[in-house]
Amino acid sequence: MIRNPKDLQRYTASERANHWVVGICFILLGLSGLVFFHPAFYPLADLFGGPVWARILHPYIGVLLILSFVAMFFRFRALNKMTPTDKEWLSRIGEMVDGDDHNMPEQGKYNGGQKMMFWALAVCVLLLAVSGILMWRAWFDFPVDLVRLASVVHAVAAAVMIALIFVHVYAAIWVKGTIRAMWYGTVTRGWAKQHHRGWYRQITGKS
Amino acid sequence: MALQSLDIARRSATTTPVPGARQTTEVAKLIDVSACIGCKACQVACGEWNDLRDEVGNCVGVYDNPVDLTAKSWTVMRFAEVEQGGKLEWLIRKDGCMHCADPGCLKACPAPGAIIQYANGIVDFHQENCIGCGYCVTGCPFNIPRISKEDSKAYKCSLCSDRVAVGQAPACVKTCPTGAIMFGSKDQMKEHADKRIRDLKSRGYSNAGLYDPQGVGGTHVMYVLHHVDKPQLYSDLPKDPAISPLVSLWKGAAKPLATAALAALALGSLFHYVTKGPNEVSKELEDEIEKEDAQ
Repeated sequence: MIRNPKDLQRYTASERANHWVVGICFILLGLSGLVFFHPAFYPLADLFGGPVWARILHPYIGVLLILSFVAMFFRFRALNKMTPTDKEWLSRIGEMVDGDDHNMPEQGKYNGGQKMMFWALAVCVLLLAVSGILMWRAWFDFPVDLVRLASVVHAVAAAVMIALIFVHVYAAIWVKGTIRAMWYGTVTRGWAKQHHRGWYRQITGKS
Repeated sequence: MALQSLDIARRSATTTPVPGARQTTEVAKLIDVSACIGCKACQVACGEWNDLRDEVGNCVGVYDNPVDLTAKSWTVMRFAEVEQGGKLEWLIRKDGCMHCADPGCLKACPAPGAIIQYANGIVDFHQENCIGCGYCVTGCPFNIPRISKEDSKAYKCSLCSDRVAVGQAPACVKTCPTGAIMFGSKDQMKEHADKRIRDLKSRGYSNAGLYDPQGVGGTHVMYVLHHVDKPQLYSDLPKDPAISPLVSLWKGAAKPLATAALAALALGSLFHYVTKGPNEVSKELEDEIEKEDAQ
């Protein structure tokens, strides 16, 4: 495999591995969770060896996601602090989506949209974790009113999180040269300069 | 569907119509609390007919035994000592599934065909389709279904659907020595209840009445109570039971709408890509970097 030695390192191996563990858990949780979300998705249970296995496995995969997400949260928390520039970027997000990024303010390692994604996903995981434990009848038996509330929260947070991940994945597909950062950690200098100029300056020392 | 009495009215987690060409008579079990002597013959008959042997528990100082419904005890007698008008009253209620016309368990169940409501009103659990999630427990306004510790399936009173299907009364009805438990068409049972209520009223129970809560569309197990205004006296029988609004929200229109929204988002992304094109690094930037490298 030939890689340009001048490419920029965006993610370390352990950051990538961490992201993959979270990603795999999320996909398995999404597929198994949808089984109970609506009958239209019930056939997805076959991927897990039937609906009973989907019911048994879902919460344990959830525990693994919580642990790996918490690790990822603390790795990237400091990089996701909102700044006034991020807010300006967000106010112009319509132009970006429309395919014109010429007037977008200069961004550091993450843009305002990515930071919003980070915090929104963190809130979703927190809600899903707490409500999921309240619903986990194999181990717990909480008061029924609490379980009812948890059931609503779990379904809402799950639907929101699936929507957020759709956006997350599509953004990575749309912005060419991004997905390689998830696979082997590097991006081209051109990519960095175009999409995250502040970060490009910071790590290359160039203007 | 060989047996007319097993025609289906509703099936859990099923979005298409169920077989409903025939209309069958709605049945009901009427429990006259005022005629119950607390002998527990109904508990024994239930275990015998359904071939269930619950673990022999301990005496906890009151008559209640077993103290709660379990996966193997589908009906239990609950004994309440209450004071009414300066007099001690011993209120004994046979607890078990109420077979709601609008069953919260069935509404909450995510497993197709795990909960069936027959056209005659009986709500039955089909354990072979049960996945053990416990959503029926979450949905039930009466706290009835129990998940077995052994097989993780949900169990509750079937109103002896197998007996009713062949024209027999439920086992508890058959065995009741005082005739406190009766079975027939829902209309007949209401008529009978009227007579009992008139009798109770003539004996000074001015608040006697029929417990057939409309919040769940009425039930197919009804009680004649001496104090229908205070059902809580009878070991916390709920006053106005209804499917929790949280359960309705959880299982209502929100989910198909959310599914449509997610599908729209996925399709929207596809068409965004097709109409706007990929977001590539601009040619000028690529050239700039190349020039830098050449220097």
